[in-house]
Amino acid sequence: MYSRRVLRDTIYHIFVIAFGILMVYPVLWMILSSFKMKSEILGNNAPFLPSKWVFENYPNGWQGSGSLTFATYFRNSIIVSVLGTLGTVISSAMVSYALARINFKGRKFWFTAMIMTMLLPGQVLMIPQYIIWNRLKLVGTFIPLVLPKFLGWPFFIYMMMQFIRGLPKELDEAAMIDGCNKYSIFALIVLPLLYPSIITTIVISFYWIWDDYMGPLLYLSKPALYTVSLAIKGFADAQGTNFGPMFAMSTLSLIPVFLLFLFFNRYLMDGVTAGAVKG
Amino acid sequence: MQAAKYRNGVRRKGSLMQNENVVGYIFAAPFIISFLCLTMIPMALSLYYSFCDYKIAATPVWVGFKNFANLMNDATFGNSLLVTIQYVIIGVPLKLIFALFVAMLLTKPTKLQGFYRAVYYIPSLIGGSVAVALVWKQLFGSRGPVVTMIKALGAKGFSFFGSTTWAFLPLVLCNAWQFGSSMLIFASGLKQIPKDYYEAAEIDGANAVQRFFSITLPILSPIILFNLIMQLISGFMTFTQAQIITDGGPNYATNYIALNIFKEGFAYQHMGYACAESWIMLLIMAAITGIIFKTSSHWTFYEN
Repeated sequence: MYSRRVLRDTIYHIFVIAFGILMVYPVLWMILSSFKMKSEILGNNAPFLPSKWVFENYPNGWQGSGSLTFATYFRNSIIVSVLGTLGTVISSAMVSYALARINFKGRKFWFTAMIMTMLLPGQVLMIPQYIIWNRLKLVGTFIPLVLPKFLGWPFFIYMMMQFIRGLPKELDEAAMIDGCNKYSIFALIVLPLLYPSIITTIVISFYWIWDDYMGPLLYLSKPALYTVSLAIKGFADAQGTNFGPMFAMSTLSLIPVFLLFLFFNRYLMDGVTAGAVKG
Repeated sequence: MQAAKYRNGVRRKGSLMQNENVVGYIFAAPFIISFLCLTMIPMALSLYYSFCDYKIAATPVWVGFKNFANLMNDATFGNSLLVTIQYVIIGVPLKLIFALFVAMLLTKPTKLQGFYRAVYYIPSLIGGSVAVALVWKQLFGSRGPVVTMIKALGAKGFSFFGSTTWAFLPLVLCNAWQFGSSMLIFASGLKQIPKDYYEAAEIDGANAVQRFFSITLPILSPIILFNLIMQLISGFMTFTQAQIITDGGPNYATNYIALNIFKEGFAYQHMGYACAESWIMLLIMAAITGIIFKTSSHWTFYEN
């Protein structure tokens, strides 16, 4: 009996690991390719590991294709992602508190509006939103990418709402008796308890904004404002078949997202699912 | 203790600021502003423009139903609807089956469970990025490892991106590969199924397949519905991968609706026409989602 269980467990782990390697293979291939000579990246005889590890792709790629280096693009991405994430967390937490815990007139209506917005495909709004930002002479700035994030992101509002609903109402009532009002309940009770959901929001909204391509494509017309995702596409087009530097910059562009995931992975796995299921 | 500081504050402040309606609107204000300015006004404008000839910086010219009439005869638009629906019909079930399979695979409680889940989540973390799209383009390109392997198996001259039949497949795979969030949602659903259901079924002699179809699937059905709707919507909106990997080609085989609207509006400056296209897309999506919701009462199962 015992040895059969060991055997079954071993087969299980081998299968899960093998399948896992298959899943991360594209990522491994990208990283390994960034250390290869041009001749070893593609073609029939491309080895899995580089026969000779070369590091030039990184400095070569960093130079970019125009007069700007990737330092500019990374700076832009960091500005947009950090501000955007900050805005998402603050505004979504506020709105979720209102919708989950405050009995105001029209709450049902705004909740429905929020769900509808969440389900609405962005393409319907793409052109008119662009026209509005253009009228305001804000195309070619970070504002169309950052400002909307300070106005609540329905996906995260919904997620935080589910979390707040799971907090015992008695906490609010006890705080009321102790003299708290709705503002201090939010600041002193709900926000601190909400932190798993806040961390999930930070990680997911950061990588969604960092990876965003369509927004920068529409609104950032000058190369000096390009984010990494937009710059890397232009860089790949300019490099033609010289793939090494492109793989190197692709790898670099994913590092911030990886780091964030590495630090907060544990919270992320719990946070996403805390709300979704009860919904 | 900290809360005590506020004890006097309540009495001193005017009751207006403490009124539930006022507090509610203060906290909900960000969303209300965005709903009005970034959703409702743009939707109204979009509806108006869809009845106009409109180039950016020019004055919209009212043309009535001309855009919609032209859409009926626009082969490119018809094709892009068709390929989008094909992409969704193949891609979304594939992704959900994949997500459920991995979620079930990782329910086994081992010390490595957290690590495994993290590894299987990696594709979802980065899959939407431009970097991965660029990698994908080479991975499935004519000299990339996947095509090299297929050719080694005997399919000489095989190509994904040169073929109108196969170009969609790398895009579908790239989407299915990002199964992580659906997987996590399935996993937490699986965790909530009481163990004794399975034990009882086992005593009654149900095998693994029967247990899956008579216990797991019915209990997960509300979660399947949730995942299905979310993935349908994101499937219909697919843009980045199609724009970077195939740019709609070859011969419009992957010219998905979002890409088509983008080109029509920004590359050709037919903004009114593009708005009309997005409304048709919205109506089709609303119809499909509506049908799924309507029929869901027949196939979803709620315990209470």
